[in-house]
Amino acid sequence: MTTSPILQTTGLSKNFGGVRALHNVSFDLRPGELLGVIGPNGSGKTTLVNLITRFVKPSSGTVTFKGKKISHLPPYKIVRLGIARTFQMVKPFYHLPAYKNMIIPLYSPRMKQLAGGKYGDRDAVALDLLEEVGFERDAHVAYKAAGALPQGYLKRLELAKAIALQPDLFILDELFSGLSLAEVASIVPIIEKLRMAGKAIIMIEHRLKELFRIADRIIVMNYGEKIADGSAAEVMESEAVKRAYLGAEDE
Amino acid sequence: MKKRKERIDRGIKVRSSDIFALLSWREMLYLGAPRILPVVVCLVLPLVLGPYWQKVLLSVAVVALLAISWDILAQTGMVSLGQALFFGVGAYCAGAMNHYWNLSPFLTLPLATIMGAVICTLLLLPVLRLRGIYFSMVTLIIPLILVRVIEATKIFGGTEGLSGMTPLPSKWIELYLVLAVLLCVLFGFRRIMDSDYGLVLKGINDNDRSVINAGINIYWFKAQSLFFAGAIGSFSGAFMTHVYMFVGMPVFALDYSILPIAAAVVGGPGTLAGATLGAFILVPLSEALRGFGGLRIVFYGVFLVIFIVVLPEGIFHYIQRKYHQIERWVGVEK
Repeated sequence: MTTSPILQTTGLSKNFGGVRALHNVSFDLRPGELLGVIGPNGSGKTTLVNLITRFVKPSSGTVTFKGKKISHLPPYKIVRLGIARTFQMVKPFYHLPAYKNMIIPLYSPRMKQLAGGKYGDRDAVALDLLEEVGFERDAHVAYKAAGALPQGYLKRLELAKAIALQPDLFILDELFSGLSLAEVASIVPIIEKLRMAGKAIIMIEHRLKELFRIADRIIVMNYGEKIADGSAAEVMESEAVKRAYLGAEDE
Repeated sequence: MKKRKERIDRGIKVRSSDIFALLSWREMLYLGAPRILPVVVCLVLPLVLGPYWQKVLLSVAVVALLAISWDILAQTGMVSLGQALFFGVGAYCAGAMNHYWNLSPFLTLPLATIMGAVICTLLLLPVLRLRGIYFSMVTLIIPLILVRVIEATKIFGGTEGLSGMTPLPSKWIELYLVLAVLLCVLFGFRRIMDSDYGLVLKGINDNDRSVINAGINIYWFKAQSLFFAGAIGSFSGAFMTHVYMFVGMPVFALDYSILPIAAAVVGGPGTLAGATLGAFILVPLSEALRGFGGLRIVFYGVFLVIFIVVLPEGIFHYIQRKYHQIERWVGVEK
């Protein structure tokens, strides 16, 4: 590829006391690339995301975004530069209507920057964005309390909150978990559309089949280390990956 | 003719939520009554009460202001146990400006409101990162520290306090000033908390990570909420300084921290109106129980427990729900 990487991590490590959660992870990501991050439970996938967005402070290593070192910035400034993430545990404001849940990202200073100092009518924008992720415009679903929505809609709401920030890099933490096949199938086109628009995307997933269909590249994590990096077919052939997922035969 | 019951709020809510297309004066009244009633009460009460209960009304208003100030902080995720800090700082600001520079109360009140808010915000700025009980502990401790500082360094009159403040020109100005401020604060902040800005503040309480994740600096917003709460608390302190014509260490007393919390909890937290209603119930109740002498605090405590057990959601939430459920008889169309 010819474009320069939008995100680069070098030697990213995190220790929680004596526990080595992440050790020396380096990778880079180009615009328009969809990177899947997989690995067994507790292998450090979410820690990796937390270090990039700086919800957790790295013990060592650097993160570079659009050629600028960001690992010293507070999380809210990183978001303003154009990184948006979703959370594994969806936690909307349950008592508020779904579209009102969009108000907080729409209140973001990043929106103000992008819109040239104006916020505009947030309710209208919120409904537009929700329509984009599959909340039917004329149905009542966008007006229902978020607590009354099924899991599939909550995940879409979470995705819409990230899209609202118009980031250049999306980090989607287990977006597909807990969803039916049909629900996953309805979200995949939204993600593909984002990639076509040149957004870089990192997806952490346990749903390997769905992920392999859309990912350009896969990173496999185990015990906090990157054990494989390449196309889906390549990493599944790797001995280290087989050992991590299936257990080694000599063990 | 057959009749059935119909709730009257639904149609009105639908018609009034976006554009005003209300059908009748009765519908206007349905929306207006909850807003007009407190204004009328505040206008009429001072006229019908005797001198003693007028004094009680002053403390009702002050406790209501402190309870609103507590509620604003609580809605932003900061549970304060030290409303006395805001009250006391405002009281000393007004007292000092009046005592040393002879400023008129009409200057010291607004100045102390702003100064007090700035001082309180700065004092609590380092602990904004703390959450839950840790933040509460610090707010509880700071007024206690300030009392000892004043005692030990003998600043602002030390244990004697400062006396001989200029009172407000008349008791009517006192009464209507504090009630007007209460109404403005109540309606103003209810509006603010319902706006998108208020939603961000409440979001910090609900799920602060999701707010950070929108690129919003939650500490900046928490500081703003602290400033508002500090301003309201400082005003009430400054006001009482001029009513008592005295400011001393009792302004940092625990009463000013506990009573507002009790008022907000009994009235119903999260609405500001509940906090106000709570003050209008608890303070007169406490006065009415004076006849019981030593047992007063026992009866008061029992009442508090009854309120909280019977209406854990708060009196205001209960009344609000019942108001929305009012029904009327309508003919059944065949």
